[in-house]
Amino acid sequence: MNAKKAGSLGVSLLSVVLGLIWLAPLFWLVSTALTETTFNMSFFPHSAFTFRNIRYVWNAVPFGQYYLNTIILVVVTFCIQFVTSTMAAYSLAFLNYRGKSLVFVIIFMQIIIPNDVLIIPNYLTVSELGLIDSKFGIMVPFLGSAMAIFLLRQHFKTVPRAFGEAAKIDGANLWQTIWRVYMPCAKPAYMSFAVISVSYHWNNYLWPLIVTRSPQNRPLTVGLAIFAKSKEADMQWSNVCAATLIIILPLLMAFFIMQKQFMNSFISAGVKE
Amino acid sequence: MTSSAAGRRRREALQGWMLLLPAVLIMLVFTVYPVFRSGYLSLFKYRMGKIPEYIGFGNFEQLFGNSTFWKVMRNTLEFALMTVIPSMILGLCLAFLVNRKGRHIGFIRSAFFYPSVMPMIAIASVWMFIYMARNGLFDQLLVSFGLQPANVLSNKDTVLPAMAVMYVWREAGYLMVFFLSGIQSINQDVLEAAAIDGATGWKTFRYVTLPLLAPTTLFVSTIAFTNCFKLADQVIIMTEGAPNNASSLLLYYIYQQGFTNMNYGRSSALTVIMLLLLMVFSLPRFFSQDRKIHYN
Repeated sequence: MNAKKAGSLGVSLLSVVLGLIWLAPLFWLVSTALTETTFNMSFFPHSAFTFRNIRYVWNAVPFGQYYLNTIILVVVTFCIQFVTSTMAAYSLAFLNYRGKSLVFVIIFMQIIIPNDVLIIPNYLTVSELGLIDSKFGIMVPFLGSAMAIFLLRQHFKTVPRAFGEAAKIDGANLWQTIWRVYMPCAKPAYMSFAVISVSYHWNNYLWPLIVTRSPQNRPLTVGLAIFAKSKEADMQWSNVCAATLIIILPLLMAFFIMQKQFMNSFISAGVKE
Repeated sequence: MTSSAAGRRRREALQGWMLLLPAVLIMLVFTVYPVFRSGYLSLFKYRMGKIPEYIGFGNFEQLFGNSTFWKVMRNTLEFALMTVIPSMILGLCLAFLVNRKGRHIGFIRSAFFYPSVMPMIAIASVWMFIYMARNGLFDQLLVSFGLQPANVLSNKDTVLPAMAVMYVWREAGYLMVFFLSGIQSINQDVLEAAAIDGATGWKTFRYVTLPLLAPTTLFVSTIAFTNCFKLADQVIIMTEGAPNNASSLLLYYIYQQGFTNMNYGRSSALTVIMLLLLMVFSLPRFFSQDRKIHYN
């Protein structure tokens, strides 16, 4: 019994130590962002806390504009995905018609082949559509999400058929049935899909980099990369760390507050878009 | 009677397709079409602003005769081996470590998972400072042990392993949650039965838990491979492929050929190779028993 207790104490201790090691880069990031610049990067904070770097970076880079762009991108993408995926998921879950298996093939294709690797042909398509350097150009490849359709369909399927039929008998039309019956029942699926979609588009870098040309459309990630590689940032760890902190803070805080929800979402989605 | 039933069926089919239309249209244009378009364009000599010229497998022949291409392929596969297996093993160990109840366990799990909600470029900029020559944390650590500073990102032998360490740090926590959910879905009765039969710690793990985790492991390996093939962000931030293409990975090479050299034909050929790679490494999904990956 004592050995067992000692063992479980050992496990606890080990996980705490490893957890601290995992947190170290975040600790360095935060402490460097909030202290004076030094010649050497340092392990521990070596000066009083200051918001000077944050203020400097915020004024040197149009982060206000980038924030707005990222928020628009994330919110609009999610809202459109919400509508298109709900419709498609309902159709695949309850309606009978030929050709459905073809749609599953397409869904499966997107799960295996993430949009991230199709940058060349999609860039050509987006430029032929005249959408280069527009927010819509960044969003458009993601507006039909296989992950979301698949996830919602699975949840819709678990709702007893009688619920939907009862609504129909009461005179509800299709939209009312979806809105009043199926969506409330699939709330956890919608939460998962929201978490995955928001974190993917908040963090996405390569595709927006390719599509955007001007600060009016650049999201935070692209803005950060431009700053990190610019002359003003050269060897200025404090400033780059401050800029990095500015862009990761909202999502990271949301994660630490709702960590369980986040981790469950990633599990139930099973794929990063 | 029959005609009205047929009418109802037709109405249902119409409604079904109308509901699917927006999502399926987008997926057709941005997932299905680009796959075929890459295949088609890979057969052309095509640079920005020029008229495409059909050259058969010319792009592939050029690539196969090009030492940079082989270096990039080797880097990509080496990077996959250096990251996928260690991050899976580490993810599995972490999952067992945090598979407990307790007041602070949520916080410990978060400590392992948080890199997954950070953008890769943010991670890359922090780790760039860790790896930076002399003034960086890693070199300072070496010096404090009386060793020479290593400047790992500028050395062709260490740049890829250095990136791999960073990526394993990021990915292990992500894979951990899949293993954790796999462990927790193992039927407790099975473990109790094993205990009654006299199996103890290691034996239970080796002969009961681990085999039951096989479907999870298979599934996790496919996401791990897919994730690591679609990496380019950290190369752009940290090295741009330097030194001498030693850190160039396939997606970065596609980006470079397409958007720096404006060679759409060659980058399409590279995309085709990427697609083949993804398909081969996704095959296990078709055979897996895991509920998550079956759609029926």
